[in-house]
Parts: sequence; structure tokens; C-alpha cells
Amino acid sequence: MQVPAQVEYERATSVEHALTLLARYGPEARILAGGHSLIPMMKLRLAQPEVLIDINGLTTLCYINLSGAQLHIGTLTRHAELLASRIAGEHFAILHDAERVIADPIVRNWGTVGGSLCQADPSEDLSAAFAAMKGTMVIQGLTGTREVSAREFHTGPYETVVGPAELLTEIRLPIRAGGGSGYQKVSRRAGDWPVGAAGAAIWLADGLVADAGIGLAALGATHFVAAEAEEYLRGRPATEENLQRAGEIAAANCHPVSDQRGPADYKRHLAGELTTRVLRVAVGRARGETVPRSASCDSR
Amino acid sequence: MRLTLTVNGSEYTRDIEPRLLLIHFLRDDLGLTGSHWGCDTSNCGACVVWLDETPVKSCTVLAVMADGRRVRTVEGLARDGELDPVQRGFTECHGLQCGFCTPGMMLTARWLLDRNPDPTEADVREAISGQVCRCTGYENIVRAVLWAAREGGAG
Repeated sequence: MQVPAQVEYERATSVEHALTLLARYGPEARILAGGHSLIPMMKLRLAQPEVLIDINGLTTLCYINLSGAQLHIGTLTRHAELLASRIAGEHFAILHDAERVIADPIVRNWGTVGGSLCQADPSEDLSAAFAAMKGTMVIQGLTGTREVSAREFHTGPYETVVGPAELLTEIRLPIRAGGGSGYQKVSRRAGDWPVGAAGAAIWLADGLVADAGIGLAALGATHFVAAEAEEYLRGRPATEENLQRAGEIAAANCHPVSDQRGPADYKRHLAGELTTRVLRVAVGRARGETVPRSASCDSR
Repeated sequence: MRLTLTVNGSEYTRDIEPRLLLIHFLRDDLGLTGSHWGCDTSNCGACVVWLDETPVKSCTVLAVMADGRRVRTVEGLARDGELDPVQRGFTECHGLQCGFCTPGMMLTARWLLDRNPDPTEADVREAISGQVCRCTGYENIVRAVLWAAREGGAG
């Protein structure tokens, strides 16, 4: 039987209240959102906070909307809500591709976008997706808000730039012309963490790749990003040969480790293959082609 | 701390520890043992109950998180003495053997059919993909849910 250790519990009634509670209790307090990472860790004593600050009542953090040329996602948005959001899927197919293969439908009902990002698991799909989309994280503290690039949000496994008395409140994704995106994951069974996964965003202009974003999950990529492959593609035509070369570069520059999900050399192979496949999907979508769903998500 | 919630239409108030998991509250404090406590790691889905309008894995939800909310368990599936079409489907199609996964499977099936009254087989398999059955190979569970959609009418 697994039960969490004794813990105090506070229910935040506003973002400001949550921040005040965080400041009062210090580093031994943890934010409780969906709890689908934190509660299992508490059962195993991998996390042993003294106080939980429940933010599930903060409905002001549950939204997905367009603001100018940006998509704004409140961090208490449940995974299921992001998957169901027409506006998110219309502009960022990568988000729906990724959400379809995150955990399972029941976990997605309660797990939150912000919780996944702050858990900062190196295998977390949305971290790779937001890195590929070159998103921005909005972090609120008692004295104001600051913005941090999605690519600078994670400082290491299970570590982020969010300070002890701060809260991640919003993710912003820029909507740029000529864009297409996609996400693919290989996992051992339905609902599992990835053996490896790749997300890509491509922006085309005048037949060339104006910009590219490639995110890798579970593959040991620094800040979840395949920067060298992105750099290779920039300014080149999106030909099959170039997409394959980008995959090879991504594979050569990541640092997967062997574990129970697979040996490092297999994961490196996946990094290359998935990068190329997901780039094909992103380029197809950027060109306005209809990419069959079977080609755009997990083939398990 | 004080917890007040509605379970299957009845309101309950109890004093509980914040660390108490919802599955244990339902089984041990309220005696509603229809919800099963399985893997404890949010993998198997035996503990699925509804929290407000959606199914959740109650081994990974603290009971205090249900304060002020509505919970629906398998004991709340039947209405006015009439089995839910999903329950009838599991009976008709032999949708269970040992029965351990069944309450969670049926609550997810009810949720699916409320949102999608005419699901494909793939829709059913996707809906229950976070729940484990070690008896049926899922075939009869899928048949049972499709039976409920076809024969059962609205839940």
C-alpha cells in the first residue's frame, strides 16, 4: 500500500493567495495541480513536501485563447482540454499530436499542462513540443511577472527556473505565417512514457525553410532542443534529402542513455528517424497538405 | 480537515487527513467498495470514478481535492433500480471474468457514451486505453460497450 506521508494542506483562492502561501511556507511547500506526477512521487517519498498548496480552484488559470498573433494557454488547463481545443489544433497541430499520446484519456482529464512542464521530467512530451514551437513561459511572483523562453525554462532533470515563491501561469506560442508542425512518439505500450519522441515546427518562405524548431523528449537533448539540426535547415529548401540530413544531425547531437525503455544506440536511431518523419509532417502541413492522422501520431 | 462532497447524489461530511487518497476515502470511510484499489500508480484504472463530469483515477487524487465536488462511483450507475445500459452490456456480452477492472471500465464507458453515443470500436479502445484487464483480452469489454451504444439507448 502506497500512501503519502503526513502533509499540511492549503487551498489557494487566487494566484496572489497561492504566491503568498508559497512565500510563507518556503521551499518545503509544493503546488498541487492535477497531482498526477506529485502524488505518485509523494507515495514513493521521492517528494516529501510539508505543505501542499492546492491551486485547482484557480479557474482563472484555465483558458486557451488567441491574443494578437499568439496562442495563450493557462497553466491549469487540463491535458484533455488542450486536446479538445479547436483553436489550439488549428494553429498548432503539434499540440494535438502530442496530447493524443500523453498518458491516457483518464489521466489527461485531471493532469495539467503547467504541472507537466514544472515536473520537468526529461521524457515529458509538452516540454519538447513547446521548445519546438519556441514558446514563452510567463512566471508570476509577488512583485510581478517575468517571461522566460521555453528553451531556458528547464535547468535540468526535474528542475526549472521557477523560484520558490513563483508560479508558472501561462504559456505563449507565437503564430507565424507559413508554419506547420507535428509530433511523433515511440512508446512500449499505450499510455507509457516515450522511448523517444520528436516534435517539429517549420516555417516556409519563398520555398525555403525560414525557420525550424525541433524538440526531442527522452533523448538527452540539451533543453529538449536539436539546435544543430535546426541550424542546418534554416535557409535550405525543405527537400527529402535535407530532412534526412537534419535527422542525422539531430541523432548525432543528442545524448540518450540506456535504461529499461531501450539501449542508447536504439534511442539515437529513433532520434534520427523520428526527427525526419516529423519534419516531413510539419513541412506537409506548412504547405497546406492534409497529413493523415496515422502519419502524424504514434504508430504503436 | 473537514471535507464535504456529494457521492452518488448524497452529501457527506467527514474529518479526514489531507494525505488520504480519494479511493481509500470512498472504500474505507464511506464503505463504497465497488471502486477497486489496484496498482496505486495511476496505470491500471481499477479505481476510476467520476469527479464532477469526468472520470479520474482516484488512487492519484487526494480526497480533499474532491471537497465541494460531485463523485460518481459504480454504485451510482444504476438509476431507479434500472441497470445502466453499460451494465446490461457487460452482462449480455460477458464483459468480465474476475470483475476487478469492471467498475472502472463501466464508468469510463458511460462517460464515452455520454459524449459519443455512436462510437467506433477504435473509439472504445482509445477510451479504455488507460485501464488494464487481465482476463478478457478486452474483446468482450469492447463488445459490451458497443452493445450498450447499440441497444441501450441513452444512459
